[in-house]
Amino acid sequence: MIPAQFDYVEATSVADAIRLLAEHGDEAKLLAGGHSLIPLMKLRLVTPATLIDVTHIKELSYIKEDGNNIVIGALTRHRDIEESDLVKKHLPLVAHVAGEVGDPQVRNRGTIGGSLVHGDPAADLPAAALATGATMVIAGKNGERRISAQDFFVDFLETDVQPGEILVAIEFPKHTDAGWAYEKFVRRAMDYSIVGVALQLGAKPGVALVNMSNKPHLAVSASQAIGKGAAIADVLAVINDDTNPPEDLNATVEYRQHLARVLTQRAFATASK
Amino acid sequence: MTIRTSITVNGKDTSREVEARTLLVHYLREELGLTGTHVGCDTSNCGACTVLLDGEAVKSCTVFAAQIHDCNITTIEGAAQADGSFSPVQEGFRQEHGLQCGYCTPGMIMASTALLTENPNPTEEEIRHALEGNLCRCTGYEMIVNAVRWAAENPNFTSGGAK
Ligand SMILES: Cc1cc2nc3c(=O)[nH]c(=O)nc-3n(C[C@H](O)[C@H](O)[C@H](O)COP(=O)(O)OP(=O)(O)OC[C@H]3O[C@@H](n4cnc5c(N)ncnc54)[C@H](O)[C@@H]3O)c2cc1C
Ligand code: FES
Ligand code: FES
Repeated sequence: MIPAQFDYVEATSVADAIRLLAEHGDEAKLLAGGHSLIPLMKLRLVTPATLIDVTHIKELSYIKEDGNNIVIGALTRHRDIEESDLVKKHLPLVAHVAGEVGDPQVRNRGTIGGSLVHGDPAADLPAAALATGATMVIAGKNGERRISAQDFFVDFLETDVQPGEILVAIEFPKHTDAGWAYEKFVRRAMDYSIVGVALQLGAKPGVALVNMSNKPHLAVSASQAIGKGAAIADVLAVINDDTNPPEDLNATVEYRQHLARVLTQRAFATASK
Repeated sequence: MTIRTSITVNGKDTSREVEARTLLVHYLREELGLTGTHVGCDTSNCGACTVLLDGEAVKSCTVFAAQIHDCNITTIEGAAQADGSFSPVQEGFRQEHGLQCGYCTPGMIMASTALLTENPNPTEEEIRHALEGNLCRCTGYEMIVNAVRWAAENPNFTSGGAK
């Protein structure tokens, strides 16, 4: 469980991180909370030549209100999101989901940016970003650009972040006083979801599924149906549209699709309370 | 590549020239000889390596020593009180028999200590949630929960010095 050798450099600002990424090229990786990267490095599934430690960039750890948005810095830890009064008030789904990630030790180190860029279809926060209609803010040598959560997730563990770029913030539209629910189906307390459902109701509704595709999955037809005020049965009828669930020791494809329907139904029951 | 560390461990400043890939748990065990912090898995799941980083519970197998310069680490060796008495959590594990083989115990004690600092009077459910990241193969957790409750009920415990 000892990672392969690497060179270690520390970035002190976003500009510094972008400069270091350009300098060290493709073989370099950013190190945020390290709670996806270090386990992979210990198993030597990932062997970066250089780690660019961004954990000391204070300017990327914040939660602030900006008009109709809540903006969260990419290096904000799961725990700080879980405990934030601002997030609890305007994005209760996101606060709750942050508190469902792993265990307290994981939440004390892991960051929202790391979770999103890792792009694991089994992860929790990507589903919350999809259901709430978040926008990613990515910085590179040519400045900042924005991309919707839906377009951000490209494939298994692959996002739209290009070489030389860093995710700097996530802009969430406020969902104050709207119904929401997160159903995480696990066999053991700290596990990743076998299937999960993130449901946001209100003016801009969305439903996203965990572990139901090769990437974090926005259930587009179901989200549209909810937007049109469809009956729950009609939402459930299309919840598995375009899914491509994995088959593993925990569940077959059919069982995962069954779970997606059952959990969506439960999510509606909770969200409508 | 080597890095010079500067980490305060159990109140003492430590500094070593280590490989960049040195995990905090290896720094504690191999560089400092503090073998109370255990390694129980290869996957960051078990929590046996839990220490306090500036008062918060972290898995020391999932942090590089190079990353945490000028931070304060508390390990099980630093858990006891200044006069040598067990901490309330340590005494709780003794009174309630919160261990069998003891392998998970240092991590359990550090995670429980972090919990009680934030929430001095947790319910059983809160205790179970807070210890989600710590696995025990022996006890079935029942006695561990009782141990933490004992500590919550006896926050001023002291044995009046080392035994
Ligand atoms: C025991 C355990 C249980 C877990 N359980 C869950 C769970 O139940 N649900 C869940 O969702 N997750 C879980 N996780 C994963 C955890 O949430 C991680 O914290 C998260 O996936 C990665 O965030 P990080 O900050 O640790 O990123 P890192 O591990 O540091 O980085 C992950 C990847 O993202 C890149 N990266 C990081 N930040 C940026 C940035 N700002 N811009 C560009 N690239 C960046 C890195 O280069 C790396 O490739 C678990 C982890 C562990 C160890
Ligand atoms: S050794 Fe198992 S979590 Fe660190
Ligand atoms: S007492 Fe043996 S693992 Fe917990």
